[in-house]
Amino acid sequence: MTDPKIIECDLLVIGTGMAGSAAALFAANRGVSVVQVGIISEIIFASGLLDLMGVHPIQKQRIWDNPWAAIDTVSKDIPGHPYAKLNEKDIRNAFAETLSFFTSAGIRYSSYKNRNVRVLTPVGTIKPTYCVPHTMWAGVKALEDQQPCLIVDIHGLKGFNARQITVMVKQYWPGIHSASIAFPDTGHLSEVYPEQMARALELASNREKLAKVIRPFVKDYHVVGVPAILGLYHTQDILNDLQEKIGVPIFEIPTMPPSVTGLRIKEAFEKYLPKIGVRLFTQKRVLDVDTIDSGKRFVSKVGDDKIHFKVLAQGIILASGRFIGKGLHADRKQIHETIFDLPVYQTGDRSRWHLKDFLDSRGHPINRAGLETDHLFRPFDRSGHPAFQRLFAIGSILAHQDWIRMKCGSGLAIATAYKAVNAFIDMIDAQ
Amino acid sequence: MQTEVLIIGGGITGAGIARDLALRGVNCVLAEKLDINAGASGANHGLLHSGARYVSSDLALAKECWEEASLLKRMAPQCIDNTGGLFVAVVGDDEKYVADFPHLCAQSHIPVREVDLKDAHEMEPALSDQIIAVYQVEDAAIDPFKLSMENIFQACEFGCNMLRHTEVIGFVKDNRRIQATRMRNSLTGKTFLIEAEQIVNATGAWAGLVSGLAGIDIHILFSKGSLLVTHSRITKQVVNRLRPSSNADILVPGGTVSILGTTSIRIDAIEDIRPTVQEMDMIVGEGAKMLPVLEKTRYIRAYAGVRPLVGSSSDGNDRGVSRAFALINHEGQGLNNFVTITGGKLTTYRLMAEKTADLVCRRLNVTSPCRTIADPLPSAQAAQWTEPGLAPRLWLKHHEPEDVLICECEMVPKSTVDCIIDSIHQQNGQPDLKAIGVRSRIGKGACQGTICGIRLLAYLYHKGELNTDQGLKSLREFLRERWRGVRPLLWDMPLIQAEMQEALYCGLFGLELYNDSNE
Ligand SMILES: Cc1cc2nc3c(=O)[nH]c(=O)nc-3n(C[C@H](O)[C@H](O)[C@H](O)COP(=O)(O)OP(=O)(O)OC[C@H]3O[C@@H](n4cnc5c(N)ncnc54)[C@H](O)[C@@H]3O)c2cc1C
Ligand SMILES: Cc1cc2nc3c(=O)[nH]c(=O)nc-3n(C[C@H](O)[C@H](O)[C@H](O)COP(=O)(O)OP(=O)(O)OC[C@H]3O[C@@H](n4cnc5c(N)ncnc54)[C@H](O)[C@@H]3O)c2cc1C
Repeated sequence: MTDPKIIECDLLVIGTGMAGSAAALFAANRGVSVVQVGIISEIIFASGLLDLMGVHPIQKQRIWDNPWAAIDTVSKDIPGHPYAKLNEKDIRNAFAETLSFFTSAGIRYSSYKNRNVRVLTPVGTIKPTYCVPHTMWAGVKALEDQQPCLIVDIHGLKGFNARQITVMVKQYWPGIHSASIAFPDTGHLSEVYPEQMARALELASNREKLAKVIRPFVKDYHVVGVPAILGLYHTQDILNDLQEKIGVPIFEIPTMPPSVTGLRIKEAFEKYLPKIGVRLFTQKRVLDVDTIDSGKRFVSKVGDDKIHFKVLAQGIILASGRFIGKGLHADRKQIHETIFDLPVYQTGDRSRWHLKDFLDSRGHPINRAGLETDHLFRPFDRSGHPAFQRLFAIGSILAHQDWIRMKCGSGLAIATAYKAVNAFIDMIDAQ
Repeated sequence: MQTEVLIIGGGITGAGIARDLALRGVNCVLAEKLDINAGASGANHGLLHSGARYVSSDLALAKECWEEASLLKRMAPQCIDNTGGLFVAVVGDDEKYVADFPHLCAQSHIPVREVDLKDAHEMEPALSDQIIAVYQVEDAAIDPFKLSMENIFQACEFGCNMLRHTEVIGFVKDNRRIQATRMRNSLTGKTFLIEAEQIVNATGAWAGLVSGLAGIDIHILFSKGSLLVTHSRITKQVVNRLRPSSNADILVPGGTVSILGTTSIRIDAIEDIRPTVQEMDMIVGEGAKMLPVLEKTRYIRAYAGVRPLVGSSSDGNDRGVSRAFALINHEGQGLNNFVTITGGKLTTYRLMAEKTADLVCRRLNVTSPCRTIADPLPSAQAAQWTEPGLAPRLWLKHHEPEDVLICECEMVPKSTVDCIIDSIHQQNGQPDLKAIGVRSRIGKGACQGTICGIRLLAYLYHKGELNTDQGLKSLREFLRERWRGVRPLLWDMPLIQAEMQEALYCGLFGLELYNDSNE
């Protein structure tokens, strides 16, 4: 067997989730040579919503209108929270840079500057978030202004019922009603899938047919909500075209995963990160990492069940996620970090990982387990010092946060990526 | 409301009594505070005991199990998987017990056969290489949900009235009689009275609490037992540890899964019973001594039930029948239209029902004999969906293109859900997620309800079964119920699944931000 090939770069990013992808983006934008490795298909579970900071303290269920004030408060109340290591300016810059990338990749986002928004979910709840795909914006406004609104569901699309959504919100949105349609040319199918419909809508002729089906229901409604199916690649054009044909604004409602909104993000990263110079490997994992030059450089083995190549890098950004992403793993006794075996902040033994009630407002303690770092997001070794000079950990793998309950998943991912990349560059420049 | 007999408790005992009485032409009402099999009948091991397990501790119980199990295999084969069972000793187990075992079985006329160790490994490759003795017996697996439902279905066909979500909250007494029983519908909060000539207290571990409402003391101790469900079936047969009954020494197959347990822990209160992390670790550790794969296998769910241990009641104990269950006529305590039946086993439920019905019929001067000893239990279509692996088999066999799957892990199609919804309506109920979960495999597969919960909810709205915002409450209850069973098992894959579930329901939907009060 020949030795595996070696790829050299400045920075290896481990992870193709929101955190890893943001890091690869920031690094490439700053002229750093980047290799990024991960299993990208997992991002299709994401909803497309970009949470910044929504709820704190979670046990009080306090929902914040102003995410920046929430970040300020959480940073004071929980000094170990990753946001406590960040300043508002950096977070704003990080968001702006990420959104401009998404725009260039065909996904437009909308948000207020200093205010969270509320979006309708497919089960009929309303969730606070910060930044939404532009295709959802008319829904945000419609809910705010309580506009007469029609929600449409589609025969054979499982897990999405318009009547369910409308009865759930009726008490504070009286002008909302439901209708049910068949997606064009699917009459013979008992089941339809968002991706299949999204692909169909890339064709103008199918949009014409869909508009024709919806139009008779529109009547006096000011706005129409549909499940997220408005195309994969030309979503903005498709939205505009349909709105014109139907005569009122349309908005998308996220669907349960795997969703089209997640798929769009996956396609955007996969196609556009390489265009700005990221060497992206989307079907591989980092198997093992060695250091050379007394911990200053890393040699990482990459592959699936066997090694395909090695990456020689000056620094590593670890964005391998939690349990879903597989950056963390738990056996019956404790939680481990899977690549470097870094010490993981534990939250007691297994009997203390989860609370008795799934929906307990305090949040499950295990969600706060993770890596502890210095102010530059360098994870600690067992003695409490940065494990390596240029190893950074970002995103959901970090300790002392609960992105699920605090509604800060994407925000943390993007903001921590920004700071780590800049810290890495400062170190390289100082050399 | 009036009836001849009010039966309290919709577990297997109440269900069996309802059927027995209905077949004798007695008019009855079966009242259950939650739903069918909400107590021990929905939280047991599902082992149809050959009796071998009790040969050293309780010969009468052993014989009773043997006779009833043999009868049930003929009368209700649709509820039984006649797997056979092994008793297995491993290095370090008490050799005297091992040597005595076949003789004790023979004494009770319970068939037993010694198995060569090599043959045992061939039969069950998962067995440890540390085994030192193996015997084969006639254990089997039984589906307690199907069994209860089919008993209730036939009882209802013969005129019994089933009231779900209806709790007994008090008795109106007069002299030596209970004049009326006070009921509360737990969904609406409405209370009402039922006037019955005879009242049967078949509330299992709750029997003392219910009799207490009539001013009668029954001393009952509670023993909690926890069990784990594996992701796939580990053995073909039931596997028992060959030693005096102890923790974690039985593995029972059930369709495509296996069930491992159990523990025995004295507890003081019986509401809100949950399996704990410590119990899980103990069960896995012990079970692995017989079957080492249990250390590595994936577990999908855990649950716990309570066994009532009936202590000395003051008097009136019908000791003639058996020590295994307690049939108390309460005449000595000044009541002559009240009966309590508690304890016993799932395996002996039919006999318990027969003896109870005999007593009630004597009091009512009804002379028709018990029919359950000779009449097979009819199959009911709506009662079959709890069997692991059944829905997928049928779906693959009769697949109609429009019959899409609601639950992909367990392959439960729309047609199954429709059938269950109809059956709930027939019993005057209103379907919700939990009720459908109880009656099917929905939510019991690898995703633990993450995906099918959303789909089923949308489907109930689609069908018009749900019309108001109560669906959110239904969803929350369904998730909480599922959680109860997975919480102690969250490591490795199931932990990933749990994180996914929370990311979806809380991260994306924000369901935790809705309080029960503002639903
Ligand atoms: C169901 C669901 C709903 C969500 N809803 C929202 C929402 O409403 N709003 C919001 O803002 N966010 C939402 N999110 C997304 C969430 O914000 C992100 O998942 C979270 O921020 C974590 O991002 P991450 O990049 O740190 O980790 P992950 O997204 O978990 O990514 C980890 C990455 O690391 C890779 N990896 C792990 N180990 C290795 C290895 N050894 N070698 C190479 N690669 C490795 C994985 O393949 C993966 O690509 C949702 C996520 C889920 C699952
Ligand atoms: C862990 C465990 C494992 C077991 N394994 C086996 C086994 O493998 N094989 C076997 O043969 N047996 C087994 N058993 C025993 C078997 O489960 C029980 O004997 C049987 O289920 C008892 O049924 P029941 O109807 O008497 O009681 P339950 O099933 O407990 O029914 C009592 C019902 O009464 C209802 N109720 C209570 N109070 C009220 C009220 N005030 N008003 C209305 N309703 C009320 C409850 O909600 C409940 O549904 C096991 C038991 C346990 C706990």
